[in-house]
Amino acid sequence: MPKLKMALYWAASCGGCDVAVLDINEKILDLAELADIVLWPIAMDFKYHHIEAMDDGSIDVCLFNGSVRNTEQEKIAKLLRQKSKVMVAFGSCACFGGIPALANFFNRDLAFERAYVEAPTNANTERVFPQTSTQVEEGELELPEFYDTVSALDQVVAVEYYMPGCPPPVDLILKVVDALATSSLPPPGSVIALEKTLCDECPRTKEEKKITKIYRPHEIIPEPEKCLLEQGLICMGPATRGGCGARCIEANMPCRGCFGPPAGVHDQGAKMLSALASIYDVKDEAEIARMVDEVKDPAGTFYRFGMSTSMMKRKRI
Amino acid sequence: MSNSDFEPKIVGFCCNWCSYRGADMAGTARVKSAPNVRIVRVMCSGRVDPVFVLKAFQQGADGVLILGCHPGDCHYVEGNYKTARRIPLLKKMLEQLGIEDERVRLDWVSAAEGARFASIVNEMTAKVKELGPFRANGGG
Ligand code: SF4
Ligand code: SF4
Ligand code: SF4
Ligand code: FES
Repeated sequence: MPKLKMALYWAASCGGCDVAVLDINEKILDLAELADIVLWPIAMDFKYHHIEAMDDGSIDVCLFNGSVRNTEQEKIAKLLRQKSKVMVAFGSCACFGGIPALANFFNRDLAFERAYVEAPTNANTERVFPQTSTQVEEGELELPEFYDTVSALDQVVAVEYYMPGCPPPVDLILKVVDALATSSLPPPGSVIALEKTLCDECPRTKEEKKITKIYRPHEIIPEPEKCLLEQGLICMGPATRGGCGARCIEANMPCRGCFGPPAGVHDQGAKMLSALASIYDVKDEAEIARMVDEVKDPAGTFYRFGMSTSMMKRKRI
Repeated sequence: MSNSDFEPKIVGFCCNWCSYRGADMAGTARVKSAPNVRIVRVMCSGRVDPVFVLKAFQQGADGVLILGCHPGDCHYVEGNYKTARRIPLLKKMLEQLGIEDERVRLDWVSAAEGARFASIVNEMTAKVKELGPFRANGGG
C-alpha cells in the first residue's frame, strides 16, 4: 500500500493536542511507517506554500486541532480542506470551540482591552493595539484579523470526523491510526467516541439520590465509589459523551464536559441544567434562590468546552 | 424603529391543565390582553425543556413566558417544582449570555384566573417592549 499523506495543524489551540499525538509514544513509529507527514507546524519545517503547490485532495487525512478565531486560521482551514480527502476535527477546540471559545462571552474590543491594557503585566498607557496592517521603514507589515466570535472547525469548513477530548485520549488516537492503516474508517460524520453519556460508562454507583447542596471541587473530598453528582459536585457526566474512559472520574474529579454533548443532544448546557435542576431537591423559593446562588457560573461551567457549537454560540453584547 | 412601534413576539408555554385553561378563560370572559403572546400548549410546565426557551430566542422571539399550575396543584404532582428550579437557574445562565432577566418570566395561573393571565401577559408585553427587540444573530 502506498504511504498515506497526512497533515497536522493547530489553529486557536494550546498545543496540548499536538502533544497528545506525541503521547502515542512508540506507536508514533507506526504512524511514520503508515504516513508521510506533509505539514506539522509544531514539529516540522514545511511551509504553507508547500501545501498550496499540492493538487486538490492529495492529502489523505488532516488532523486539525484548535478553533478558528482569525483570518489566518480560517484561510489555512480552507486550504487544508481543499487539499485533504478527510478532515478530522481533532480535540474539543476544533470540535466545539473548546476553552478559547469562552472568549465568546466577550468580543474583540473587550479581549484586546484585557490582553493589551488591563492585564497586570502591561505598561500600555498609549493604548497600542495590534493592527492588521502597519507601515514601517521596510514596508508594510500584516497581521491576521482577529474575530469577535470563536468558531468550531465545522462552522468554517466541512468535516468528516470528530475526535473530542481536551486533548483526545491516546487510545482513541490509536483507534483512528489503526482505522487509517486498515482503511476501515467509520461512516463520515462519525464522532470517534461512544454514542451514550459518560454516566453510561462511569463505574461509580448511582442511587437516584437527591441533593440539597452543591459543593465546589475544593470544598470536599468525595467518596471514591459513589456518583459525584449525588455527592453534590457538578459532574457533567449526564450531559457529556462517553468514550474517555471516565479519566477525570478515576482521579476523583467531576467531569468538566470535554467530550461535548452525547448523540441526539443539541445543547450541552441546557441538558446539564435540566439534570441539575432535577436532582436538586428543594421546593420553596428561598431554597431555590440558594441553589441558584450555589451554581456560581452556570454558563461557564455548562459550556466550558462548547460555546461555539451551543445554540446561542455567543453572548449578546 | 422606536420602541413605541415595536410589537414584541413572545412565546408563551402554557400547561394544559391550568394555565391554558386560564388563557381560555381570559378569552371567553373577553378580558383585554395584549396580542403579542403566541401560546404553545404543553402537557405540564415541567415539559418545558431549557432547549425550548433557547430555540424560541434563536428563532426570533423577543421574550418567553412559561406558565404552570400553582405550586401544589400540578396535575403531575411534581412537574411545576422542577420548573420552579429549572427556570431561575436558566435565567441566571441566560443573563450571562446577554439575555436580560425580564425576557423570561415564569409564573403560575390556575384555570379560573383569566384576569391574572391577562395581567401577566400585559405586564410582560410592556416590559419586553421597553427592552426592545432581541438580536437573534447579533452581538459582537
Ligand atoms: S482541545 Fe484542549 S488540548 Fe487540544 S488544543 Fe484545545 S485546549 Fe489544547
Ligand atoms: S454524574 Fe459523574 S460520577 Fe455520577 S455517574 Fe455520571 S459521570 Fe459518574
Ligand atoms: S471525564 Fe469529562 S472532562 Fe474528563 S476527560 Fe472525560 S469527558 Fe473530558
Ligand atoms: S400540569 Fe400544570 S404545571 Fe404541571
